[in-house]
Amino acid sequence: MAGPVSPHSELGRQRILAAWWFLAPMLVVLAAAAGWPLLKTIYFSFTDATLNNLSGAQWVGILNYYEWLDYGDGTGEAFGLLADEQWWAAVYNTVRFTLISVTLETLFGLVIALVLNAEFKGRGLVRAAVLVPWAIPTIVSAKMWAWMMHDQFGILNDMFLRLGLISAPIAWTASPDTAMVAVLIVDVWKTTPFMALLILAGLQLVPGDIYEAAKIDGVHPVKVFFKITLPLIRPAILVAVIFRALDAMRVFDLIYVLTPNNDRTRTMSVFAQENLFQFDKFAYGSAASTLLFVVIALMVILTIKLGRMDLEGNG
Amino acid sequence: MANLKLTNVAKSYGSVKVLHGIDLTIRSGEFIVFVGPSGCGKSTLLRLIAGLEDITGGTLEIDGQVVNALPPSKRGIAMVFQSYALYPHMTVYDNMAFGLKLANTSKEDLDKRVRAAAEMLQITQYLDRLPKQLSGGQRQRVAIGRAIVRDPKVFLFDEPLSNLDAALRVATRIEIAKLHERMHQTTMIYVTHDQVEAMTLADRIVVLNGGKIEQVGSPMELYHAPDNLFVARFIGSPAMNIIPAKIEAGGMPATVRPLNGQPVQVDANVPASAAGSAATFGVRPEDLRPTDGPGLFSGNVLLVEKLGEVVLAYIDIGMEEPLIAKLDGDSQLERGQHISVTADADRLHVFDGNGKAYVRTRRALAA
Ligand SMILES: Nc1ncnc2c1ncn2[C@@H]1O[C@H](COP(=O)(O)OP(=O)(O)O)[C@@H](O)[C@H]1O
Ligand SMILES: [Mg+2]
Repeated sequence: MAGPVSPHSELGRQRILAAWWFLAPMLVVLAAAAGWPLLKTIYFSFTDATLNNLSGAQWVGILNYYEWLDYGDGTGEAFGLLADEQWWAAVYNTVRFTLISVTLETLFGLVIALVLNAEFKGRGLVRAAVLVPWAIPTIVSAKMWAWMMHDQFGILNDMFLRLGLISAPIAWTASPDTAMVAVLIVDVWKTTPFMALLILAGLQLVPGDIYEAAKIDGVHPVKVFFKITLPLIRPAILVAVIFRALDAMRVFDLIYVLTPNNDRTRTMSVFAQENLFQFDKFAYGSAASTLLFVVIALMVILTIKLGRMDLEGNG
Repeated sequence: MANLKLTNVAKSYGSVKVLHGIDLTIRSGEFIVFVGPSGCGKSTLLRLIAGLEDITGGTLEIDGQVVNALPPSKRGIAMVFQSYALYPHMTVYDNMAFGLKLANTSKEDLDKRVRAAAEMLQITQYLDRLPKQLSGGQRQRVAIGRAIVRDPKVFLFDEPLSNLDAALRVATRIEIAKLHERMHQTTMIYVTHDQVEAMTLADRIVVLNGGKIEQVGSPMELYHAPDNLFVARFIGSPAMNIIPAKIEAGGMPATVRPLNGQPVQVDANVPASAAGSAATFGVRPEDLRPTDGPGLFSGNVLLVEKLGEVVLAYIDIGMEEPLIAKLDGDSQLERGQHISVTADADRLHVFDGNGKAYVRTRRALAA
């Protein structure tokens, strides 16, 4: 890579100009595809827009976020997103989903990556096979699992009944007790390969000879894992966890297909979509989308800050 | 402080045989160098001794005990890897202390040993650094320090200098020689493909080729009395001139006529029955000198390389390969000149049809 370009020399100016020309198409596309809709959404969140009347939207300030309705007798009632229990339930669901799914995916991904990193016959084939769940479109796998989890015809209930693990069929996706479990199962099944792949990439960067040095040092394999392997792949795991967490925060399609209209699995994205397009509360949905954007933007900023500190493993 | 005995040691990866029946005895405190071309099995042999690879045939004894099935950490060995193999996330101190820490060595003892090794290698001021904050030479010292701290009976090196630049390589080579002096009771086994390292460091050199031992001997033995053509060509630089020849008369000295050369007496013991048979004649470039007489060989100079202290002359003697002569540094030889060269009888080598050397007399005995 070229060194830093000085803007003060003629050559430096030319190179900077050329760089902008190369970046321009991408910036235009980004502005049109991401920037404009984002700004529009933020704008609508401060209006009273409805799906039928987008152009006639009136500015209402922060009313979609928070509004205090004074009853005049010293009491009153709060309205708006920040006072909406269902919104906070969605936030809770999202965080819960993110924490549990990312934790499980990291653990399983790590185990699978360790296995795939070992030398054995047919390793290439297994590596490819492991990726299959990840390659299937979410909608397809969600539908597939929905059938497997079907309370009457599902293979899952059938198997568990035969094994005697349950005494009566369970409505996995509909029952409030199991809806989140169902979503988590499918998400872990689908996304663990992605984690495994990222961690495997990290594992492959660990030089093999230090394991031989450890053998000569007489280090127990368990110690080798915790004292050598884990510290060395920590940056890779960190990157994978952050990617996954950002992704999980905005989970939508899986839940929309697998457990629609379920209070226990309604995430922020689902909440926003329902308000935007189903309840004709377009402005309110926009406010939810905007808040979700803020949360994710904060996470990204935090990530970049963290990245400066330690993503290279300079512990 | 350990002697090693390899008996018919063999190694194969699946159906590929890499080492074929290695027999070797290494005395306690000896500095042994395995040398040979790339891919001849040096590293493999060292790794068998270390226990990093399983021995597929034969036995390995350390101090009389068969250790074929013993894990590396129980063999009393330490190893310095070509790539250093330092733990990248640990400080120099921890790199050196890691193994002992897990072996429940007391903290004071551990600290003492790490600091003593660091002192010896002059890396004390780097103890808190990470490997990546060190230069190649410093890393190599840390790797050596980690090995010293283990207080091994047998010290194993696998091409420890090959990742260093030329100047550092010489300096570190001298360090290793000093290390051996200080740890004179520790057996050291050193792998290299560099014959200079082999010649300067070794008490005895083991020349390997194609998974077999070609010859074992002191550096001077190998230089003056190579057992066969392979060793003759491998030791010495530039390599020995090798010329097809015919035995004119056996005896001691024998008379040999190299192709395109004059018949010459060679101080080697050739049986009378070999007279008339095909042989190979060898003479080192440094043993050739110009002469006014007919000499041993003569021809036009194809190329002159002036290296300062010596001049290398490539002489066309009508063979595919030019004859190389190492001449005095202030030789005024020019390209295209005609030159005759000769050498003393006790400097010449002759090998039978199978490449096996006829035993040389004076030099061989002197070595
Ligand atoms: N793990 C392995 N599997 C198969 N062949 C190997 C393996 N390790 C080494 N070899 C082969 O064994 C031979 C000797 O290798 P090595 O001992 O590394 O040679 P060197 O003398 O250069 O150190 C080479 O031909 C190499 O290809
Ligand atoms: Mg090698």
